[in-house]
Amino acid sequence: MHNHVLKDLKKTAEKYPDKAAFCGEHSTLTFRELDEAVDRIGTFVLASGIRRSPVVVYMEKSPEEVAAFFGIIRAGSYYVPIDAEMPMVRIHLIMENVQAPLLICDESTAEAASKLGFGGRIVRYSEICGDSSFAKENSEAGIDRQALEEVYESSIDTDPLYIVFTSGSTGVPKGVVGCHRAVNDYIDQLSEVLGFSEETVFGNQTPLYLDACFKELYPTIRYGATTYFVPKTLFMQPLKLVQYLNEHKINTVCWVVSALTIISTFGTFKTEVPKYLKTIAFGSEVFPLKQFRMWRQALPEATFTNLYGPTEGTGMCCYYRVDRDFKDGEAIPIGRPFDNTDIILLDEENREVTKESGEQGEICIRGTSLTLGYMNNPEKTSEAFTLNPLQKGWPERIYRTGDIGRYNERSELMFVSRKDFQIKHMGHRIELGEIEVNAQMIEGITGAACVYDKEKGKIVLFYSGDKEEPEMKVLLKDSLPRYMVPNVTRKLASIPLTSNGKTDRVALQAMI
Amino acid sequence: MDELITILKEIHPDVDYETATNLVDGKILDSFDIITLVGEIADKFDVVISAEYMIPENFNSAQALWNLIQKLEDDE
Repeated sequence: MHNHVLKDLKKTAEKYPDKAAFCGEHSTLTFRELDEAVDRIGTFVLASGIRRSPVVVYMEKSPEEVAAFFGIIRAGSYYVPIDAEMPMVRIHLIMENVQAPLLICDESTAEAASKLGFGGRIVRYSEICGDSSFAKENSEAGIDRQALEEVYESSIDTDPLYIVFTSGSTGVPKGVVGCHRAVNDYIDQLSEVLGFSEETVFGNQTPLYLDACFKELYPTIRYGATTYFVPKTLFMQPLKLVQYLNEHKINTVCWVVSALTIISTFGTFKTEVPKYLKTIAFGSEVFPLKQFRMWRQALPEATFTNLYGPTEGTGMCCYYRVDRDFKDGEAIPIGRPFDNTDIILLDEENREVTKESGEQGEICIRGTSLTLGYMNNPEKTSEAFTLNPLQKGWPERIYRTGDIGRYNERSELMFVSRKDFQIKHMGHRIELGEIEVNAQMIEGITGAACVYDKEKGKIVLFYSGDKEEPEMKVLLKDSLPRYMVPNVTRKLASIPLTSNGKTDRVALQAMI
Repeated sequence: MDELITILKEIHPDVDYETATNLVDGKILDSFDIITLVGEIADKFDVVISAEYMIPENFNSAQALWNLIQKLEDDE
């Protein structure tokens, strides 16, 4: 039996051929159309002589982009999603890291793609799949069933299917390589916890270039559910956002906390309630209790589940279904690991921290859900993916998250803090070091240090050099993704140092 | 109005707010910017912009936003 992430797509396409699978702002793909597009892209990739290679997808967020991802997987290769909103500098770093032979773009990105200096072949999605009328009349055109079947038969579940890039403290993003086995396990566990079925209607908020969107993409094809890509502009129009959810009868959302609080903060519930929502999963950030209570009050029948997990552990690895009220100042637990995943807490001497002790330790993940490591980066891989120090009989990999956790008196796992300078800002995982390195690369800058103003949710960059504060912000836009550009830039005569010559972050925190 | 421009300039120093009329439609302001902006406006002008007013038309230009702030001040 093959444990392939697309194993259910054919069955689902037969069962629900004309049901909408993915709906974007400009187009929709039914399961039959999706399956055909996937086969056609798969055939194209194989016919291009590409096997077991990274293939870049540089497209606007759309149902077609999902078809491109799956088509690449169908061909036994793995997709590398690049976003139109990523700055060129970052895209170049990613291209350099993966060395892909093929890039699939669309009409909106074709011009930018041609300017990348990309070494491989560039092809437009429409060149492979044609327009939809072509697909309708020629459902078998451009599909080599035998070649696709051979690839499927030779696939194994430890083969990679994607590389997604996450912030790196050295200034270079890290490519996390994920495999079939881990994605299938994740979708099994997540679906059981959140109760997905063919009746699920997802409203997707997270970008397609990260692992966060797996919560919608893979259950949709497994169960024959439907995913709407909520237009990004609605996340600044809370009332219209709720109207959109109601219009499409969306019953399930897995959103970052800041997307949910946009609705609650501005009194939207007084006018309109997302009345079809039954399942609400959130994560990536702390949910402010005041906001959380507004949600529970507005939707008393819905379930609320806190999800926790790093990209390196394939999506999420822990969950907590909210089952009680919390006192002011209390935090919502991250709960317990999914079935088939184990969490161990390690202290600084690599000893196990027990549940009963209530002490803190680094959260480490053990199990099938681990990703394969960082692409072409053995150094970073060996730092974070280590052998389990508690078990010396055979080599067993664990992933060290860098998150500090502890168990509460109910034996629920609680997130405490970070070991390093990684932050969560508007649902994005950011290494402050990456911002600092990019700031220091600007000509005339002699020092840079970044801190996070948790209370206001702002990234504050302190720097020294000959650039003025507004200019600094503008210059950083060239090299950093928008969500990483500091919200505040502060020029200092010099960056304060501690007695042993390190950046004095305590002093900087006091200055914000 | 000057005070509003100052707030806007802090978010994106490189935008000419006197002339720009597509701040939202042109993707100059994103959702985080809007949230920041609404928070700053609440602090500086003591005006609460609620969900129903959070539409692109009210944020596409500094002038439109200024008109909204004045309208909400008058309503109080």
